[in-house]
Amino acid sequence: MSVLVYLENWEGKFKKNTFEAAQYAAKTAEMMGTSVIGVTFGTISDDAAELGKYGVSKVLNLSGDDYNSFDNYKIAAALKEVAAAQNCDTLIVSGTFNGKAVAPLYSVMAEAGMITNVTELPSSVAPLTVKRSVFSSKGFVNYSTEASSKVIVFIPNAVGVVAGSGSAEMTESNVSLGDLPQTNVTNVDRVQGKIPLPEAERVISGGRGLKGPENWSMVEELAELMNAGTACSKPVADMGWRPHNEHVGQTGIAINPELYVAIGISGAIQHLAGVSNSKTIVVINSDAEAPFFKAADYGIVGDAFEVVPKFIEALKKFKA
Amino acid sequence: MKVLVCISHVPDTTSKINFTSDNKEFDKNGVQFVINPYDEFGLTRAIWLKEKQGATVTAINVGKAETEPTLRKALAIGADDAIRIDADATDGFYVAQQIAAVAKENNYDLIIAGRESIDYNGGQVAGMLAALLNQPFVNACVGLEVEGSNATLMREIDGGKETLTASLPLVIGGQKGLVEEKDLRIPNMRGIMSARTKPLAVKPATDGASRVQVGSFEKPAPKSAVTMVEADNMDELVKLLHEEAKVI
Ligand SMILES: Cc1cc2nc3c(=O)[nH]c(=O)nc-3n(C[C@H](O)[C@H](O)[C@H](O)COP(=O)(O)OP(=O)(O)OC[C@H]3O[C@@H](n4cnc5c(N)ncnc54)[C@H](O)[C@@H]3O)c2cc1C
Repeated sequence: MSVLVYLENWEGKFKKNTFEAAQYAAKTAEMMGTSVIGVTFGTISDDAAELGKYGVSKVLNLSGDDYNSFDNYKIAAALKEVAAAQNCDTLIVSGTFNGKAVAPLYSVMAEAGMITNVTELPSSVAPLTVKRSVFSSKGFVNYSTEASSKVIVFIPNAVGVVAGSGSAEMTESNVSLGDLPQTNVTNVDRVQGKIPLPEAERVISGGRGLKGPENWSMVEELAELMNAGTACSKPVADMGWRPHNEHVGQTGIAINPELYVAIGISGAIQHLAGVSNSKTIVVINSDAEAPFFKAADYGIVGDAFEVVPKFIEALKKFKA
Repeated sequence: MKVLVCISHVPDTTSKINFTSDNKEFDKNGVQFVINPYDEFGLTRAIWLKEKQGATVTAINVGKAETEPTLRKALAIGADDAIRIDADATDGFYVAQQIAAVAKENNYDLIIAGRESIDYNGGQVAGMLAALLNQPFVNACVGLEVEGSNATLMREIDGGKETLTASLPLVIGGQKGLVEEKDLRIPNMRGIMSARTKPLAVKPATDGASRVQVGSFEKPAPKSAVTMVEADNMDELVKLLHEEAKVI
């Protein structure tokens, strides 16, 4: 039995998420002593051969009207059909918004044991056992499943990617979907030129300490210099200073970046719950007693309006 | 229009999370429980459907008697009635099967669950429920308008939003955006009084499988001490980020 991986693409392009899923699946297959097959949907404009660098050499592409826009049932049903046809008993999915919509549907259709919010590669494959985060990263627990079919959804950026050598071959494929419940996409509104938070490797985040939306230009400048995404605390989104999709924390997006820079954020428990998995945390706060310093790797006590411009200057000097 | 709102009973967001001494379970000692924040947005949206479009709103929870105060709070906020399925919510699939069994008997037009619950962060119940009922599913739903038997919805996607249409009956996994933070309601005295007499049915669990086994819990590794950098020495910070943390 092989491992199947859902290789998401965005308007035909693969992203780091895609490669991370490929690599997660390839390593899992290796532990199981079996092979891995990738599936991607719609028209692909990127070079699928790239996927080989992450351990997936065989990729099936299902395209046509059914896959021109995202429909969670169609993707779930197609994955189930491909899994059956290709003898795959384990499906790997990256926990993007689309991945999280597809996986539970698939698990019911394929009668699969489902483990989500996974933070590491499997610790064992018989039975399949993986570590997952619970209570918004305030705890971890090993889950295992003995179901004959399985689906694992890992948190984006949790395991990372390392490109190797190798190449993939993509072949056209087709399955029949049958009658499925329908949703119709009427509009897609993508923010241009921004790095979506769940996949951002570096994140610059601002809190109420920044006083007002007009002061975000320095956050954006810093983000641009570091090729980072921008985020904010909950009150900042609730007051409409920043869009809701930038709200991180227990009730917003949980992130897992390499670097998280928190500017003017106190570090409330609900905020920390969503960001504490960041590998390196920098806190800039005028209050030396701010709780965030206890969760930080590097701390700067100072006025953001003085510190951030100096940080920007130092970065420019470093890059030059 | 009959609306079912799934309510998860979860530790308050300020809770310190501890596990029992054998690390087999979450330690509920001294923990305050609340309506899962994601479900509260969905419940409020359902109350609007009641007030503006004459919907009836049923709140449902899978849990033992200890979860009843949470269901009573949903009634105090404005749900018409509540159902508690008397079983421990062992995992997402088990919960979805229990709610699906009730939904099959009652033909709801709309089922609103949360995108995830903040205890086990499974993000499974809404989608599994949709699949068990064979109804359209919209996850991470940030907008919902219903007209007759048609719905227009908005969902969050990586780096944006998508608008969709679907026909009822349907299931959503909701979050903030369905209503805003300021729209959430704190139960008032009248609501609390009337909640005491609103129907809360307790139903036995139906057969349900669980396909996962839970091992032992652990807490995150303690963070090493913070390195403080002088506010006027940002070159030092950049150097540390480059050489020590290796993130730039
Ligand atoms: C149910 C629930 C769920 C929640 N979920 C979330 C969540 O998901 N995410 C989240 O973020 N919050 C969440 N919260 C809110 C959380 O409790 C805090 O209120 C919030 O995180 C505080 O945001 P803040 O740090 O931006 O603002 P504040 O707490 O007001 O902190 C502002 C900080 O800025 C500093 N500051 C002020 N001026 C300057 C300056 N010039 N330079 C540098 N620093 C300065 C201050 O010292 C202070 O530490 C939730 C709350 C509840 C009740």
